[in-house]
Amino acid sequence: MKKEKLTIIATKQIAKATFEMKLENIHISENAVPGQFLHILMEGHTLGRPISIADIDKQNHIVTILFKVVGSGTKRLAEYRVGQQIDALGPSGNGFPSEQNEKKTVLLIGGGIGVPPMYYLGKQLAEQNVNVIAILGFQTAENVFYEEKFNQVAETYIVTDDGSYGEEGFVTDLLDQVGNFDCYYTCGPLPMIKAITDKLIGKRGYISLEERMGCGVGACLACMIPANNQSGYKKICSDGPVFSAEEVII
Amino acid sequence: MNELAVVLPGLNLKNPIMPASGCFGFGYEYSNFYDLSELGAVIMKAATGTARLGNPTPRVAETASGMLNAIGLQNPGVNHIIEQEVPFLAEYDTSIIANIAGSTIEEYEMVAEAFNDTEHVHALELNISCPNVKEGGIQFGTDPQMAAKVTERVKRVSKLPIYVKLSPNVTDIVAMAKAVEAAGADGLSMINTLTGMQIHLPSRRPLIANKTGGLSGPAIKPIAIRMIYEVKQHVDLPIIGMGGICNAEDVLEFLLAGADAVAVGTANFSNPLVCKEIIADLPDVLKRNGLSSVQEAIGKAVFI
Repeated sequence: MKKEKLTIIATKQIAKATFEMKLENIHISENAVPGQFLHILMEGHTLGRPISIADIDKQNHIVTILFKVVGSGTKRLAEYRVGQQIDALGPSGNGFPSEQNEKKTVLLIGGGIGVPPMYYLGKQLAEQNVNVIAILGFQTAENVFYEEKFNQVAETYIVTDDGSYGEEGFVTDLLDQVGNFDCYYTCGPLPMIKAITDKLIGKRGYISLEERMGCGVGACLACMIPANNQSGYKKICSDGPVFSAEEVII
Repeated sequence: MNELAVVLPGLNLKNPIMPASGCFGFGYEYSNFYDLSELGAVIMKAATGTARLGNPTPRVAETASGMLNAIGLQNPGVNHIIEQEVPFLAEYDTSIIANIAGSTIEEYEMVAEAFNDTEHVHALELNISCPNVKEGGIQFGTDPQMAAKVTERVKRVSKLPIYVKLSPNVTDIVAMAKAVEAAGADGLSMINTLTGMQIHLPSRRPLIANKTGGLSGPAIKPIAIRMIYEVKQHVDLPIIGMGGICNAEDVLEFLLAGADAVAVGTANFSNPLVCKEIIADLPDVLKRNGLSSVQEAIGKAVFI
């Protein structure tokens, strides 16, 4: 992880309050793995914003991030324009473990703004000839994004809370319909992850967690999650954000 | 002697910059960004008698020009810190200050005593002002008699110089400073965070799980400057100043108000290289303001 400047080369709104930003940076594009994040430091803000990496184009040194405008920091980020630079620490945290999954089937489950890291992971797994299935959950039709991109790398199912697009319900409603899989990966709101891990108990799985962060490097102990052993807590920013499903108590 | 050097009880500082307790862990993370030997000192995360797990999350929230935190003194306990954390920092050419906390006076004594034979720890910062724990902490830091009592008792068992970290959550900071001075403190650390609260509108709930937290960052800098200035007029103890320092100009302001050295806290979160950058910038900032050394700046604000 380094403190880097990234140049914005494209930015656009892709769904309700959801933005895609393409950034140019050599160090991060060359080193990031799926599941890692950027800790974005904005002038006028005391704390960085952890934003997951949605895609990497290693050849052209492009890092894609997707973020939802939820507060003043992300609102400010959405106002940044092409050519501007942003400061960020990255690539941060530990990504999804790269297993030898060839000839296996993996299930990706993304909820809302937890969908972006699933894309980079899905793309990489598909390149390794892994059979990828994706369940993507959104609140309503206007929140849906990246369906076409997922279709290129995975057998993709979309669910919305209100049924305004795809199937009606929650991602957990589809778990029985997607067939067999060897392993699952998920990122999204905590209640969603809890529901998934409860339902898939005993199945090998990896979860990506989010929490308000202070330093983003593991020093301040703000973003903690209880560990499922005697060791107390794990730091989401530096021990995670990806954990095995049994490693922490949700 | 170099232009940035400062000598304080127990501390021979090559420069007056140190990361503040709780904002730097035990140094591992920031050692990936620069050589910790560049720092004047490191103030370690608080040590308590036994391991503490801290408060529920969310533990931090951003505020205007600052942040609220309620970590709750999470730490692995004093013995673990001495055995596992101090050796790492001891590899660097910098002074080490141990921040000590407790729920009872006996716990403070036990923690202070544990550091007596740790050759690489040069001073203690007595944390009587953490606003985020239910027992101890703030209750010692807001009552002059209690503050004096815990200072005196720790002073009695410790071989190290004691810097008492004062809470700004008091009506009369000078009374607190005088009380701990009379009790034998070797220096002061000021200020700790101010108790604050922020409410999330959609859920109508406080933004941090502990409801209240300690406010830090640039928002509290004027309060720290005022308190250091007030205390300096009445108390002779050296002061490690802190509260919202972000750059070398801020450092000079603290020195002019009466601080002898400074600690940088929340700014480490906005910029992990901030301490290194401040150390690099400080000589030029002194020069531009007509000062040839840190020593020359201390307490030299002009009050008409």
